[in-house]
Amino acid sequence: MNTPVRRIAIAVMVMILLLMANLTYVQVVQAGDYRADPRNQRVLLAEYSRKRGQISAARQIVASSVETNDRLRYLRQYTDGPIYAPITGYYSQTYSSSGVERAADSVLNGSDDRLFSRRLSDLITGRDPSGGNVVLTIDPNIQKAAYDQLTRKGYTGSVVALRPQTGEILAMVSTPSYDPNPLASHNSEEQMAAWQSYNAADPPVLVNRAISETYPPGSTFKLIDTAAALSSGRYTPDSQLTAAPSITLTGTNTDLRNFNGNACGTSQTASLRDALQRSCNTAFAQLAGDLGEQAIRQQAEAFGIGKTDLTIPMPVAMSTIGDIPDKAALEQSSIGQRDVALTPLQNAMVVAAIANGGQVMAPHLIKEIQSQELDPVETTQPDRIGPAVTPAVAQTLTDMMVNNENSYQSIGKITGVQIAAKTGTAEHGSDPKNTPPHVWYVAFAPAQNPQVAVAVMVESGGDPNNLAATGGAVAAPIGRAVIGAALGAGR
Amino acid sequence: MAVPDVSAGPSPATPAPAALPTGRGIELVLLAFAAVLVTGALVLVEANQEQELTRVLIFVGLAYLGLFTIAHVAVRRFAPYADPLILPCVALLNGLGLVMIHRLDLAEADRAQALGREAPTELISRQIAWTAIGLVLFVAVLWIVRDHRTLSRYAYTAGFAGLVLLALPGLLPSSISEVNGAKLWIRIGPVGIQPGEFAKILLIVFFAAFLMQKRDLFTTAGRKFLGMELPRGRDLGPLLLAWGLSVGVLVLERDLGTSLLFFGIVLVLLYAATERVSWMLIGLSFFLGGCLIAYQLFSHVRVRVQVWLDPFADFAGTGYQIGQALFGLGTGGVGGTGLGAGRPDLVPYAESDFMLSSLGEELGLIGLAAILVVYLVLITRGLRSALAVRDSFGKLLATGLAFTLALQVFIVIGGASKLIPLTGLTLPFLSYGGSSLVANYALVALLLRVSNAARAPLPRRPAAPLPPLADAGTELVERPR
Repeated sequence: MNTPVRRIAIAVMVMILLLMANLTYVQVVQAGDYRADPRNQRVLLAEYSRKRGQISAARQIVASSVETNDRLRYLRQYTDGPIYAPITGYYSQTYSSSGVERAADSVLNGSDDRLFSRRLSDLITGRDPSGGNVVLTIDPNIQKAAYDQLTRKGYTGSVVALRPQTGEILAMVSTPSYDPNPLASHNSEEQMAAWQSYNAADPPVLVNRAISETYPPGSTFKLIDTAAALSSGRYTPDSQLTAAPSITLTGTNTDLRNFNGNACGTSQTASLRDALQRSCNTAFAQLAGDLGEQAIRQQAEAFGIGKTDLTIPMPVAMSTIGDIPDKAALEQSSIGQRDVALTPLQNAMVVAAIANGGQVMAPHLIKEIQSQELDPVETTQPDRIGPAVTPAVAQTLTDMMVNNENSYQSIGKITGVQIAAKTGTAEHGSDPKNTPPHVWYVAFAPAQNPQVAVAVMVESGGDPNNLAATGGAVAAPIGRAVIGAALGAGR
Repeated sequence: MAVPDVSAGPSPATPAPAALPTGRGIELVLLAFAAVLVTGALVLVEANQEQELTRVLIFVGLAYLGLFTIAHVAVRRFAPYADPLILPCVALLNGLGLVMIHRLDLAEADRAQALGREAPTELISRQIAWTAIGLVLFVAVLWIVRDHRTLSRYAYTAGFAGLVLLALPGLLPSSISEVNGAKLWIRIGPVGIQPGEFAKILLIVFFAAFLMQKRDLFTTAGRKFLGMELPRGRDLGPLLLAWGLSVGVLVLERDLGTSLLFFGIVLVLLYAATERVSWMLIGLSFFLGGCLIAYQLFSHVRVRVQVWLDPFADFAGTGYQIGQALFGLGTGGVGGTGLGAGRPDLVPYAESDFMLSSLGEELGLIGLAAILVVYLVLITRGLRSALAVRDSFGKLLATGLAFTLALQVFIVIGGASKLIPLTGLTLPFLSYGGSSLVANYALVALLLRVSNAARAPLPRRPAAPLPPLADAGTELVERPR
């Protein structure tokens, strides 16, 4: 009876081979699907079972993982959550992540190649890697000052502060904000409640106005017109432009009026310097019409407007001057209206470039990546995007902005510090005349030795009833306070 | 099997029986190798679970070494010519099982701590105790059963005892016998045993003896059909009996696995005894018929089949266990997450029915393939003993015992990896479970006993010089007809 025993042995081998084939199918062919299946908690649990790196600004830790004794071993915690939420974003099991938590995820979860050497030793011990740390360029003093300024009066808006020479983002605030802590809660009901209330909030809280929203820049765009004019070589600050209180847009019956319908000074003409200081719409419409669409567009692009791939490392919404089909459109666009729309970050980049001798620096939030042991792994080097204007033009613009600032209402002025600035008051919405305008203040200081460049934007004048809100009255005091905090911090 | 024996001293020229290689030295070396592998696995688990290298490690390691040293000495003493590969294979599987059970203990303790509960009883100490009991039975079987042929004298006793053990839980009240829907247990206080595991061996002894005695009967030609000789109708009796028994198990004890295992063994033994493929085909058609009827009659069978076809259709409910097992296997992938670094505890019953997915998640396809190869070696060494042993009873017995292991491995691994519908059986030696472990040690002791007879020098004909007996395996000692 050996023949059947041999056949049985062959049958056993076939059975084992069948098992191996099936296991190969499950563990190789199907493995990817099983791993990625949302019902498979293993990958998520593995991520939560390793210590995620911390996010810090200067010496302050703004996001860190603390050990818990529940199933997910580490809880993500945020210090001063609402102040830093536009930067850190949130990190949630259910609702994914945003901000630096998302953009620097590979560093924070430890899978980044720059943390390779540590990973190698983890591989040998078979231990899950712990995450690397992210050090922000944020200055907590400026960040906090900007947040307090905006929230004190309940403004919906944004402040961005840049170090002109490097592009470091010193402050990035968006209000109203939210607390990311409940979204990282290990209690799914708490998470869901927070998520629902944040999504239902009006004005929205989860959106980072500094980089994800674009607004009409209004008169702050006249800096770009002026830069284009000076760069053309055909204009100086003393070049004369029309002082008429109102002009008719070329080829139309529509009037373009100065603010409050005032003439630009007492003469028939006004110098470019005075036109910028008084923010005369008619003068800039004429100027842009003379320079042509190409000159304005090229100048805007040189400052970074229209750049689609800007990341800080979060992706930044594209700023644009829109389609300009004819001269009338150009005249409208020249005063930062029509389809011109900038992120607050982009507007800060414009003044930062002027402050930096015309050189546009890539804005960035991450100063340094650290290993698990807080050893530096990679420090971000300042990166030039390119020159927007020549140093000479930049100096002329600076002088003109100093002239602006010294003529503005002096609410919140800092004694002993010369600021260079431009305000903006931009109409928006379907009924612009009955909607409070978005107000802007872009500035840098000290004018001759710039330490900080700031863009302040307050949506709808900060008050739904204040149709007369202006950049000078609403936004400028916030900007000056932020500059004060920045220079105070530097001392 | 002419493996040089590292411990054999005398030169090959000496014709004395003592010169025949026993293989005991190899066995010892392989056991030590298994001990190294198991201890290494344990260290990995401890390191990955961030445990200090505690006394638990020393305790488990020493207990393991001690137990198998005793087993090895017993084999040396009572079955010196036994196959040297069988015991190390068993030791390695049992050791890996212990490591994995310890690892799942740590996960359970972690979870209990996180929930602020008291840590559950550690399964590892129980399993070590069961291992010890299993090895005691192993030694006892080797000691008491000095010649496997004596077992054939007790065939009907064994058959009756096996039948009673198999049927008992099905007839007992559910309060004593039912765990998770299957009535397979006899639980007295905290201790529960599954008598079916022991019944399996007793019934193999019975069928081997019965078929050896009545073989001529079964090979009497009946009508020819499609070139096959069909058995006579009245000879179908035993097959019908086996079929009825397995259906009875299915109905009364609601356990597909045991039913399938039992029927498969009877079929294979019938085939081995008669060399008639027709028996297999008739048996398989009986089996398929039984399956169809069971599918129609029993909702739990239908549920099993539906879960098998698409476990993710009802992931939160009936498909959860197999779904989680597949996620575990998939997440493990080729290389596995590493021992102690995965989440095998997410699968319900990870330590018993789903030991496979626990091992597959942490050791990967590579680890599972290695484990399958160890099983294959164990089973083929058993079948090889069946080929080599001289008496028909020994052949049938060894075939039955070895094939039981094979079928059980196939049913469990196939079930847990969605090759076939899931049935509740344990992986021999790897899974947590006392009855299965103890019974399988008795099974292996009998296999070693048969293999000893196959490889030992012939005692009554010392005069004639013999070729190495290990080579005798391929001879047909008697014509099966």
